[in-house]
Amino acid sequence: MSKMKVMIPCDEANLVCDKTQYKEATLWEKIKLNIHLIYCKVCRKYSKNNKTLSKTIKKSNIECLDKTCKDTMKKDFEKVLKEVSN
Amino acid sequence: MSNHQINPNKWIDLYSDYLFNYTISRVSDREIAQDLVQDTFLAGLKSMKNFKGEASERTWLISILKRKIIDYYRKINSNKGKAEVRINYNDSESEGDWLEERVADPFDKNAEDTLQNSELGDAIHNCLEKLPKKQADVFKMKTILGYETEVICNELNITASNLWVIIHRARTGMADCLKQNWF
Repeated sequence: MSKMKVMIPCDEANLVCDKTQYKEATLWEKIKLNIHLIYCKVCRKYSKNNKTLSKTIKKSNIECLDKTCKDTMKKDFEKVLKEVSN
Repeated sequence: MSNHQINPNKWIDLYSDYLFNYTISRVSDREIAQDLVQDTFLAGLKSMKNFKGEASERTWLISILKRKIIDYYRKINSNKGKAEVRINYNDSESEGDWLEERVADPFDKNAEDTLQNSELGDAIHNCLEKLPKKQADVFKMKTILGYETEVICNELNITASNLWVIIHRARTGMADCLKQNWF
């Protein structure tokens, strides 16, 4: 019966909320989260902030270099660094 | 001597994402942006003795990058003959104030949006720099590069629950930081 618990603690609710931002929460998890949000004001606030953060980042079209890019950059950079320091 | 020290060993870890984001909002081509960032680091390395320590390393690198971007536009401009060059001078870090750039362009209704977006991108990168490195790395991989949880776990050698704890801390930190600096 414990697996079917409807009430979840705040840390679990926050975890589900984080997962939801990346579309990785299951339906049952989302139902539990929403039940939790009905009575927990603190988590409601966290959920709201979390959603705003996701939206803001999506809106900004922010870009990043991936790891392989950085690694090749580092290799070239270190070559020149050696030449300069010699 | 001066308040700001120069240490090229950490440049790529610390500034490459910021510089890349700065470039890509101005040249809108990943490969060219990457080359320009790389050129900037190398040029910085070669003129390290000119660094007086008046500004922070990042500001100094940005000033080199700006010149690289202008050079890039000059080059393609001379190739094409008549292509129009539009470069943004109106940001907080530059002193120049070009009147022509401030005139509204009726054909470019999104100019303000893009400007605001590139400022927002800068703000996000500023906040990311304030996070602990591990949190920032995981957050970038997950949120900006959109990697799968499994891929990140394998690459960084952490468990999934570990990853979510890091993500949670990073998100809390980012929300606080952006609240102060943006919203």
